Amino acid sequence: MALNPDFLRADFPILAREVNGKPLAYLDNAASTQHPRVVIEAVAEFYRAHYANVRRGIYTLSEEATAAYESARDKVAAFVHAPDRRGVVFTRNTTESINLVAYAWGRANVERGDRIVVTEMEHHSNLVPWQLLARQVGAELAFVSVTGDGVLDLESLDRLLEGPVRLVAFTHLSNVLGTLNPAQEIVARAHAAGALALVDAAQSVPRLPVDAGALDCDFLAFSGHKMCGPTGIGVLYGRPQLLEEMPPFLTGGGMIRRVGRTEASWDDLPWKFEAGTPAIAEAVGLGAAVDYLSAVGMDVLWAHEQALTAYALERLAEVPGVCVIGPPQPPPQAGGRLSQPSSHAGERSSVPPPHAGGRGGVIAFIVESIHPHDLAQVLDGEGVAIRAGLHCAQPLHERLGLMATARASVYLYNTRQEIDRLVEGIRTAQRLFLGG
Amino acid sequence: MESLYREHILDHYRHPRNQGTLDDADISYQLDNEVCGDVVRLDVRLRDGRVSEARFSGHGCVISTASASMLTEEILGKTVDELKALRDEDVFKMLGITLQPVRARCGLLPLRVLQGGLAHLEETS
Repeated sequence: MALNPDFLRADFPILAREVNGKPLAYLDNAASTQHPRVVIEAVAEFYRAHYANVRRGIYTLSEEATAAYESARDKVAAFVHAPDRRGVVFTRNTTESINLVAYAWGRANVERGDRIVVTEMEHHSNLVPWQLLARQVGAELAFVSVTGDGVLDLESLDRLLEGPVRLVAFTHLSNVLGTLNPAQEIVARAHAAGALALVDAAQSVPRLPVDAGALDCDFLAFSGHKMCGPTGIGVLYGRPQLLEEMPPFLTGGGMIRRVGRTEASWDDLPWKFEAGTPAIAEAVGLGAAVDYLSAVGMDVLWAHEQALTAYALERLAEVPGVCVIGPPQPPPQAGGRLSQPSSHAGERSSVPPPHAGGRGGVIAFIVESIHPHDLAQVLDGEGVAIRAGLHCAQPLHERLGLMATARASVYLYNTRQEIDRLVEGIRTAQRLFLGG
Repeated sequence: MESLYREHILDHYRHPRNQGTLDDADISYQLDNEVCGDVVRLDVRLRDGRVSEARFSGHGCVISTASASMLTEEILGKTVDELKALRDEDVFKMLGITLQPVRARCGLLPLRVLQGGLAHLEETS
């Protein structure tokens, strides 16, 4: 069953607007995605009719708000096939989820001389927290290398795993290269070496079926705003036993069981890690986003993205002077096994495993002799929104010898016509800056 | 939107003035724009308290390159005090365009380099 973006687009009010007199072609979905009406309405309706603080009030509104908040947790848990809802912690975003692990788990478990392994393709959010931890406790930070094709060199992982490794933290799908890493394989190797595994799933959970149970990872982090949900709500899935053993991250109201004058004890999971009034309406909005994506079907969404990515790579290859960074092709199986009709949440066995070794619809590229900023500016004049710069991945750009890149990233509502407009806009920029 | 790329700006981008470096310059300073990776370096030589020569180098977008190119012309003959008095608005006036906050960082990078160099000059003299 193929996804028809023309039909879906009507669900997203913002896609009807114009930018600089042209229809909006929004191709910055790796940064943040747009919102379907059902999500906007769910947040508005929650504020209109059910809002109160959660988990403390002995009155109808607070009970309704609590039920809505906790129901959102259940939806998120089912969406990523989390084996235990107690492990689903609401945070602000992926960055906060990773910081939670770096502070609460890291400070209690990583010691001088230990090794933390990341990769050369990490977003700063899965790098800087580990830099700080390593510096603070005297641990070593080591990097799995990236090949010229933009994939991980797993042999370098094996070499790094021979030391005293405590954690392997890696991105599931690169926010620059689009590379889909073999997460299950990496987790298994980390575990075999006695290390824990953290998966930065900020780009993968929005784009393909992700099964936290099948991945067998210890931590999985992602954000609501990259999957049709509101800003200010993110998720950390952690293995409940680990979360039980960890000290809390932020402390104060909401996360305590009993507070004395000089000491306190912590609430049960997951609330132990949700200090202060949480982002209640945003969680409700994320629940609505998960419902929306599930109704579309993540396998259908992924197949659409694979097909559109293949089309974009083909079209970009036609333009002289354009060079795409990252793996050249989506996996050959795209459109086959992964495009089966959507399964019902909960039937874990029916979720196809994400195909590793391919790429998602995050496409970084450079245009010869045109700075990405200037390209993005000209494209904006054509109503086409892309990202330009380092995409919060400066070490990766340095590794690949790139000053900066342009990045187009697609999502379920993008069309081939929008890719055509991207290509046309690149040609317009070439005429403007290079003449001819 | 392409109005940013007016002919005089494109002209400075395609034919940058005073591109290069100066040996033993009196002011030599470099900054990166961490958002986009642009690098601008300025070398300035002073004679009798005034700018006698200025060069810029590095790599950047049309806006930061044109701004650097124009700045090297703009500051010729100016005293150190006059350089210190240069404000963001002077750069916008020089470019002849208004810049949104993100692009303003590109356009103002050369001025920031000059200001950094002036601060360094003060510290060392």
